[in-house]
Formats: sequence, C-alpha cells, structure tokens
Amino acid sequence: MKHPHAKQRFLALWGWPIVLGVLTAVGLVSALFSDGGVGDMLSGICLGIPTAVGIWFSLVRTKRG
Amino acid sequence: MQSHTIKTWAWVHKWSSLVCTVFMLLLCLTGLPLIFHHEIGHLLGTEVEAPEMPKDTPHASLDKVLDLARAQYPERIVQFVSKSDDTEDIWYVTMTHTPANTDDFRTVVIDARTAELLPLQPRFDEGFMWIMYRLHVDLFAGLAGKLFLGFMGLLLLVAIVSGVVLYAPFMRKLGFGTVRRERQPRVKWLDLHNLLGIVTLVWLFVVGATGIINTWADLVIKYWQHDQLSSVLAPYQGQPTVALAERASVQKTLEVAMQQAPGTKLSFIAFPGTSFSSPHHHTVFLRGDEPLTSRLLHPVLVDAKSAAITAAPAIPWYLTALLVSQPLHFGDYGGRAMQIIWALLDIASIFVLGTGLYLWLRKGRTAAASDDKPLAGKATPAEAAP
Repeated sequence: MKHPHAKQRFLALWGWPIVLGVLTAVGLVSALFSDGGVGDMLSGICLGIPTAVGIWFSLVRTKRG
Repeated sequence: MQSHTIKTWAWVHKWSSLVCTVFMLLLCLTGLPLIFHHEIGHLLGTEVEAPEMPKDTPHASLDKVLDLARAQYPERIVQFVSKSDDTEDIWYVTMTHTPANTDDFRTVVIDARTAELLPLQPRFDEGFMWIMYRLHVDLFAGLAGKLFLGFMGLLLLVAIVSGVVLYAPFMRKLGFGTVRRERQPRVKWLDLHNLLGIVTLVWLFVVGATGIINTWADLVIKYWQHDQLSSVLAPYQGQPTVALAERASVQKTLEVAMQQAPGTKLSFIAFPGTSFSSPHHHTVFLRGDEPLTSRLLHPVLVDAKSAAITAAPAIPWYLTALLVSQPLHFGDYGGRAMQIIWALLDIASIFVLGTGLYLWLRKGRTAAASDDKPLAGKATPAEAAP
C-alpha cells in the first residue's frame, strides 16, 4: 500500500530528530543513576550532541551544504 | 497531511504558544541564573561555608543548636531544621512567627560541630537570586502563582506537540538543519525556529513536564497527609499542638529516627504543627546515600512528647514521582557539564520562543498585505507539499 520510497522519506525527515531525541532521553536518565561517574560522562556526551548540533547548524554553518 | 489538518494543528500551535510565550520567556530568563545559584552565591559572597576542622570533629547536640537559634529570634518559632546536600557540618534553622506557610522567615546558620553562629548569616528571603527564584516559582503569588505557571507549562507542552506535528509539512523538502539564509528574513527565522525547536524538543518537554509536576508539590503533600497519614494520626485526634516545654529532646528524636533507617542521611526535621509534620510529631525526613535514593525522602514520625517512633510510612508513587522530577527540572545531577548544557539549551529555547513570536508578528503583516492568504507565502507547508 505504501509508497516504495515512504520509508526512505520518513527517515530523511525524522531520522535525525529521532536520533537526537533518543540521545537526549538517554542523557537525561543516565546521570540520575550515577554520582560523578560513568553515567555523568555518558550524560554529558548524550546531551552534548544535540546541543552541539543546534549550535553548528544555527551559528557555525552559514552556507547551505 | 491534508491542508485542513495542517491548518488545525497550526491553529493549536499558534494559540497555545501565544498564550504561554511571555511567561515561558520569563521562566527561561529567570531559570538561567538559578542553574548556577551555587556559583552565583559564591560570587556574591552569600554562600555559607563551614570553617575547616579535623574530619572527625564531633557534632554538638542539636538541642544546643536550637537553643542558640531561638535566642537569636525569641519572638519566632522553629519550623524546620535542615542540612544541605553538600556538608554535614552546617545546620540551617528556619524561624517564623507562625507554624503555617509564610514568606516571613529567617534562617539561622549554625556550625554543627561547635554550636556557634557562623560569621555569615545570609538572608534567603531577599536579593537578586530570591527575586529570580520567586518569579520562576510563583510570581510572588503563592499557590495560585504556582498553579498558574503550571497551566502555562501545560500550554507549552501542547505547543511542543503541535510544533512536532507541523515540523513534517515544513521540513518535507528540506534536509535536516537547513537554514535558508539567502532568503527573506522570515524564511531564515522560520528555519531556525524549526531547527532549534526540534533540537531542544525532548529536553524542553522533560523540563516543562517536570516543572509542571513541581507546581503541584504543595497539593501533592497535602493529599499525601490526608491519604496516608490520617490513620496514623487518628489516636492523636483532638489534641492541641505539643507545647515547646513538653517536647522531647530533638537530638534524641534524630537519633531514634536514624537508628531505624541505617544508611541514610538527614534531609530535614519538620517541627510539630508545621505543614510537613503533624501537631504531635517531629517528622524526620531522611534520604538515601546512593545517587538515585539521595533524591528520595523517608519520613519518620516521632512522637513529640515521648520521642518514640509512631510510624515510618513508605512514600507513595506520587511523592516518588515528585521527588524524581525535581533533578530532571533543575539539571543539578550531572556536574558542571550538565549545568552548561542546561544553560545552552535554555538559551536555545529562548530563541525558539523569540523566533516564534517574531514569525507570528510578521505573519500578521504578510497576511494583511497578501489579501489574507496565510499559506501563500514561500515559507509555508503549501510550498513544501508534493
């Protein structure tokens, strides 16, 4: 029933938002279970990626690529 | 997506966000310094520190500490005595004129080892951070202010969900992160709104939702007392609040409570007749010493006259939910890196709110100029639709 490219188009549109959303969720939860340990580091990385992506596309990359 | 479906979601997005935007901007701006309240306290010189002493210096009796606090404000009563998360060496004694909730309080800060006043006695009810805090929590309007901000938060969640739905038609033909800078400003700001909106999506949703839960804290605690403590307190019904002269030693109360819950630390003791206790008990709130359990509180009700334990009820799921939601809102559980990320995402959210407002203002003008064809602009879903 679905368009053959439907999956591809879905991923093109939602792939990155889903990845960033999952990273954020993992980052928010992991630090709850640690006190200055691995969980905090994992959290920093997982939350840092969406933050960096936002900064990169809005401030750093000034040309369409 | 059908164009009338898009219009419906666009309507939901527009109105939910328009109503809450001003308040969300206020919350984002006042929340920013609150993320760094410890650091700002250090800079302003209002952060209390206990002097260095050998690690095993014994602690003075809590009763002595309380006598000293009462001597500072003879006309006030003790509502709470608490320890901070950071050190065991400092007592904070909260003193008011009434056992009821009030904005008129003084905090006496006492060295737990010497039972002497610390040289710095900061006021927690004035100054820049206090204003930021009250604007953030209740707009200086108490419970009504909290519930109002909670409702604005609910609208924010509606705006976020509808924003995600609208992300699809707007971004269908654009690669992720595209910002069409060469186009008119409205298109550029729309792209930035979509980009930063989708990047902050999960974070803002979680911070928004946990913020809403926090606005219900007062009500949740009231409900808990009604729901679970009524039966425990039934034998005491009709008795007046235990007078100060009749009360057992608070030091002994603390020891009795700590003994029945090994491996815990004290968070605070609520005194008889105050909102977190009963008229007949000192309620000792203990917390775990693991990362997650340190957020959870174990109340122990200790009879104010006899210092015998009346009950140590397990906290219900809704209080657990409230307590776990707090770190997720504050961002204070992952060290400095997390504080910085919290601040950056907060600033990004300010941009999302600001660009949203700008787009609405500009759209008003464009719509008027283009004979009210709101979807006819080049930066609309109609353009992106196949």
